[in-house]
Amino acid sequence: MSSAFAAVYARDLRLALRRRVEALLPVVFFVVAVSLFPLGVGPEPQTLRQIAAGVVWVCALLASMLSVASLYAQDFNDGSLEQMMISGHAGTVIAAAKASAHWTVTGAPLVVAAPLIGLLLDVTSQSLLTLVLSLLLGTPILSLLGGMGAALTIGLRGAGVLLILLILPLSIPALIFGAGAVAAVDSGVSAAGHFSLLGALLIVTALVAPPATGLALRIALE
Amino acid sequence: MTATTTSPTNALRSPAQGATLAAVDLACRRGNRLLFRGVNLELRPGEAIWLRGHNGCGKTSLLRLVVGLSVPESGRVLWAGAPIGESNSFAHERVYIGHANAMKDDLTVIESLRFLARIHGRDSGVDALHAALQRVGLEGRRDAIVRTLSQGQRRRAALARLALEHTATLWVLDEPYDALDAEGIGRVDALLLEHLARGGSVLLTSHSSPGGGAPPMTEFDLGRFN
Amino acid sequence: MKGTLRWTTFAAPSRFYALAGALNPWLWALAVLLALAGLYVGFLVAPTDATQGDSYRIIFIHVPAAWMSMVLYVAMAFWAAVGWMLNARMASMLARALAPTGALFTFLALWTGSFWGKPAWGTWWVWDARLTSELILLFLYLGYIALVSSIDDVVRGDKAGAVLAIVGVINVPIIYFSVRWWNTLHQGATISMTAAPKMAHTMLLAMLLMTLAFWAYAFAVVFTRAQALALERERDTDWVRALATKR
Repeated sequence: MSSAFAAVYARDLRLALRRRVEALLPVVFFVVAVSLFPLGVGPEPQTLRQIAAGVVWVCALLASMLSVASLYAQDFNDGSLEQMMISGHAGTVIAAAKASAHWTVTGAPLVVAAPLIGLLLDVTSQSLLTLVLSLLLGTPILSLLGGMGAALTIGLRGAGVLLILLILPLSIPALIFGAGAVAAVDSGVSAAGHFSLLGALLIVTALVAPPATGLALRIALE
Repeated sequence: MTATTTSPTNALRSPAQGATLAAVDLACRRGNRLLFRGVNLELRPGEAIWLRGHNGCGKTSLLRLVVGLSVPESGRVLWAGAPIGESNSFAHERVYIGHANAMKDDLTVIESLRFLARIHGRDSGVDALHAALQRVGLEGRRDAIVRTLSQGQRRRAALARLALEHTATLWVLDEPYDALDAEGIGRVDALLLEHLARGGSVLLTSHSSPGGGAPPMTEFDLGRFN
Repeated sequence: MKGTLRWTTFAAPSRFYALAGALNPWLWALAVLLALAGLYVGFLVAPTDATQGDSYRIIFIHVPAAWMSMVLYVAMAFWAAVGWMLNARMASMLARALAPTGALFTFLALWTGSFWGKPAWGTWWVWDARLTSELILLFLYLGYIALVSSIDDVVRGDKAGAVLAIVGVINVPIIYFSVRWWNTLHQGATISMTAAPKMAHTMLLAMLLMTLAFWAYAFAVVFTRAQALALERERDTDWVRALATKR
């Protein structure tokens, strides 16, 4: 079972490396999207600092959702998904491997890019650390939920937008706890409560999303 | 060891012996209508069945039912007497090569093959993969990116998995001869003959009649079940 | 034996169709009567609230609508799950039939909630925890409807919808909790009844009547929609053909 996870994970990473530019597009989107806010709201540092956490989180959410839409599309089209699903390995394992690969290729770079973005919005260094940590816990949640959405919408017209509609409501708790952690630190309160909730959310999602995704994959192939 | 019990005794059976595939009263739904119904099929070790029928009669659907990708509208599929849904050995003892090649465009031939070998629990060592690619005539293209291959070459790459098999397993092949030239067809036929000789079984579809070099196959016309 | 028979009797689309056809006229009548009674009591009989005056009366629509929106979501997830696990087509059709009505009640709750908040807060929308949760619930409904209508194969659509609905139902408490947390942290606005601790009897009566009215309405509409779905899906069967030729 673990070798199936490793095989799928390694393959997905290798595929992403062959298409490096495409793999980095979500991060580029992230930076561009965040930059729109000062242009829309005004460059006043006070305002930017206030909205920074929320803006970064929402843009990370959108970047993650946009890139996850096609998580299973290629595999579905070229027959690889069929092979994976009849290999005898549980759909849960395949789903977990794909979501992990997605996080490694898209989520982790977002976390790395976040401090730079934070600087653009004049976030204090203390809040910056909290922001990065909250994204570190939150982006895997997004990859897991996104993977489930991708599995439900395989092969559908307008799958990308549909996926966003399906998954965004489910991501709201992560958004609230994640951005809320930064707000807490900003107002001088400890963010421990937020982080424990975010951590719990990650655990619950990691337990529920892969099996649900596995079922969705089987349904899509029937 | 019998093939008629419904308990999962397959653990006791050695892979070298092969098992019987049985489709019992199978019906397949497509949209609102039944594609076919009342299909009964038995495939014993050492046998090959050529599934034929007019376009749209459900050949690919039947293969997918047999393999376990779809669930039948009614009826069941048995492997060594046990329903495939309950069998823990079926996945390992069956090789399915569908119409699509399952080759990744951005990987090399050998990388794609290695992935498939790994997830299906076959020998994915360099030597085994090289030997398999040689059997299908692709040893010169093993480090080529799949995207650069012709249709026929991609089909050969997809079929290279068959050369990794050494036990009496079930082969389910959807249009294996598709896009192959005469030499490619010859290589596939050689693999099939070897497989049947060691007790394996083959269920394949082909819109054209298998040539002279192909092993003897029972014809099964799906069209009469529509 | 007779007991088991009854559970699955109406799982057959033809029998469900007949049952719904028999019940619908009564359900509609009940819905109209109860609604009239409830509105009469709520808008004309119940006393004026000490702090909110007469504008509070909108809660007689708002609260029952909000309850219905939540109940129908759970019902939708339940029937979708039943349809999937027991391979019961009618149950899946029922789930699909519930969704638009659930979404409608959610929208009604939001709209009336807005009317309720306006006199108190001066704005048409307030990010009250419950209203925000209702908004997210509306998104969940819309997501379900969008997903099942995008999938051409009805069986795949039913099953995918079931997965989504079940995951949604698990998430609803989490979402509600997180929104409440968010609301209190940011000292958000709250709309609530600041009336006397004991609600006047007439107010409770009005709420009850309106809730029952909405129940009857929901049953009637969902049954009708489910009937339409049954006709469409089973159009190649004998019982549907018989119905068509009878007309």
